[in-house]
Amino acid sequence: MAVFPSTAAKAHADRRPSSARQREGSSRPKRRSQRSAYLFIAPIALGFLVFYIWPLLQTFWFSFTSFGVFGGSSWVGGENYSRVVSDVTVGQALGNTLLYMGMGLLTLPVAIVLAELMNRKGLRGVPVYRALYFLPFITMPAAVGLVWNWLYNGDFGMVNQALSWIGIDGRYWVSDPSTAVYAIGAVMIWSHVGYYLIIFTAGIKAIPRDYYEAAQIDGAGPVRRFFRITLPLLSPSIFFASVICVINSLQQFDLIFVMMSPENPALGETQSIVTLFFKWAFDENAQGPAAALAFLLMLLIAALTYLQFRFQKRWVHYA
Amino acid sequence: MHRRTLLAGALTAPAAAAVTGCTNGGSAADGSRGGRTTITYALWDQLQVAGTKKVIEAFEAEHPDIAVEIHVTPFSSYWTTLKTAMRGGSAPDVFWMNAVNLQLYAAGGVLQPLDEFIERDGFDMGVHPDELLRMYTYKGTRYAMPKDFDTIGLWYNKELFDKKGIEYPDESWTWDTVRDAAAELTDRRRGVHGIAAEMSKQYTYYNTIAQAGGYVIRDGRSGFGDPRTIEGLRFWTDLIDKGHSPSQSAMTDTRGRQLYLSEKVAMNYDLSSMASQMYAAPAIKDHGSVAVLPKGRERATTIHGLAAAISGKSRNTEAAWKFARFLGSRKAALIQAEAGVTISSYRGTQDAWVKSMPEFDLQVFIDMLDYAVPYPSSKRTAVWENLQPQLLGRPFSGKGGIEDASRTLARQMDLALEQEK
Repeated sequence: MAVFPSTAAKAHADRRPSSARQREGSSRPKRRSQRSAYLFIAPIALGFLVFYIWPLLQTFWFSFTSFGVFGGSSWVGGENYSRVVSDVTVGQALGNTLLYMGMGLLTLPVAIVLAELMNRKGLRGVPVYRALYFLPFITMPAAVGLVWNWLYNGDFGMVNQALSWIGIDGRYWVSDPSTAVYAIGAVMIWSHVGYYLIIFTAGIKAIPRDYYEAAQIDGAGPVRRFFRITLPLLSPSIFFASVICVINSLQQFDLIFVMMSPENPALGETQSIVTLFFKWAFDENAQGPAAALAFLLMLLIAALTYLQFRFQKRWVHYA
Repeated sequence: MHRRTLLAGALTAPAAAAVTGCTNGGSAADGSRGGRTTITYALWDQLQVAGTKKVIEAFEAEHPDIAVEIHVTPFSSYWTTLKTAMRGGSAPDVFWMNAVNLQLYAAGGVLQPLDEFIERDGFDMGVHPDELLRMYTYKGTRYAMPKDFDTIGLWYNKELFDKKGIEYPDESWTWDTVRDAAAELTDRRRGVHGIAAEMSKQYTYYNTIAQAGGYVIRDGRSGFGDPRTIEGLRFWTDLIDKGHSPSQSAMTDTRGRQLYLSEKVAMNYDLSSMASQMYAAPAIKDHGSVAVLPKGRERATTIHGLAAAISGKSRNTEAAWKFARFLGSRKAALIQAEAGVTISSYRGTQDAWVKSMPEFDLQVFIDMLDYAVPYPSSKRTAVWENLQPQLLGRPFSGKGGIEDASRTLARQMDLALEQEK
């Protein structure tokens, strides 16, 4: 992102009259430092251009074309977009994706409460807990999905085994159309809670202790202190976390891809926009509509992120 | 993070293709290595590599001027790799083709039409089953040489039948016999079900749809709205609703084949080529056997087979044809049959396979050829195949009626077929 301001600065610098430049004694070292600055950002800027901006432009272009399976493409105008809009599976996938987003956002309160608990004075073994919570996040989603599929297995899984001890009859969690999406959501929350926990722990640590002491003297209990001090002062972290969380959960793919086998009867109930994109592009040779779908998803993500930034003023307190 | 993994996946697929592509291109560019023409042969099944090597040895002995290199790509990435290689012009000379993809490739103009070679050499294609030949013909032109075939049979467990004192399945069996037997064989206390009513096109409902007199696709229209097709589907969902089969939810966690192998279901509709796997399981080698599929309104079983296609971009078309012709010959068929993995499609060469597992009555798979129905396909088969589990999943797991689901499937499949044109 840093590319744009500096390019603008360069353009601005070049437009200045040369006499002005000469008068400034510091002009030459300044330009040299500018050059080295470009040198330093070149690798990331290049990567950004080649791997993000260029594919983005290409995707946009592809979304107006029809692809031959074996090469060649032709312009079809808005046809791909009208297919996306009229396809019923897209509606279902969008619903599922929003459900994933909702479940993803549930991770935040869980992480805040955990972070608060871990900041309790006198709690021993905090680094161990933190590592344990963080571990799922750095584990490959493919491995996470496989292991959870075993845990969820209706006949031999540990989840049902544990439930049977307390007299509950388990079910086929990931292949029952009415539970599969929540089963995946639970794994999603489980594997991401550690990441947000780290963010919130840092946020809570940054809150000056004086506030708590003053509140305590004034007679505020722990619950009140949490809602009146911790939460408002943590709001910048919460804002950051919710932006990241929305983006991530709208792009939910790998867990679903690993956990749902092709003959799973809950396939339609769990399909996200990105798994649908994958199926269209790589399975059904419909690259054009897939590109349109991906582009619309990007617009949706951009819109939701914009809205979050727009409304942050109402609830985010920067101390 | 999610984006990165997806991106990585998207990047590695073409990269892998590029790697194989390069090796292919390299050997093709060599053309004649030491006076020999080298052609490449791509396939996906690791189990068939040993047998294929023997076939190649025999071929090279007959044609000392041609060398054949095998390229194995796992099925999960086979078609993506092949497509990418086709676009890059570095596809293998000869490669495995299936019914799902034939029309897509033929219509895409990337396959070598075989008619002129067949006529020139006077090769008698009639030695292969007619259904297979039709499967590999597109708009009246033949595009691939059949090499093997698969039909579906009723696998059953003799011990579970003996326990309940029920007679083994045979040609006299009908749908009613299956239903009654499934009810009697179900034993909740032992966790045994009478049958595995799995939502699995080729193994289960494609067969019963044909037996009921319905169809999957005809003249570019879906058959899932047809009452007889629905009857063929309901055969299975009824078994699930009555509790004589585990539901599809259960069989996603543990497949029907696994349940049969671990003697948890007494009957299972499954492929002929699974025989060697069944034979390798000691319990099934002792207790298992196979019968022809029970009759509905009609007799039917689904036939599918693999064939060898020649790339339209091959630089050694003549050598590639010689090899494809050899793959379709009696000699190659006999070598393949002895390897015991698949049934050779060449007429009268199946004996070696049938006799390789005397405990099973494998002859039934060959007898069923008389009324076998080809595996349904169109130009973009994958699109409407993907719709099936999505829409039939609920009824197959005991939630929602099959009739509505099937009619919805018909509508969506027709839309997809419309877009093919």
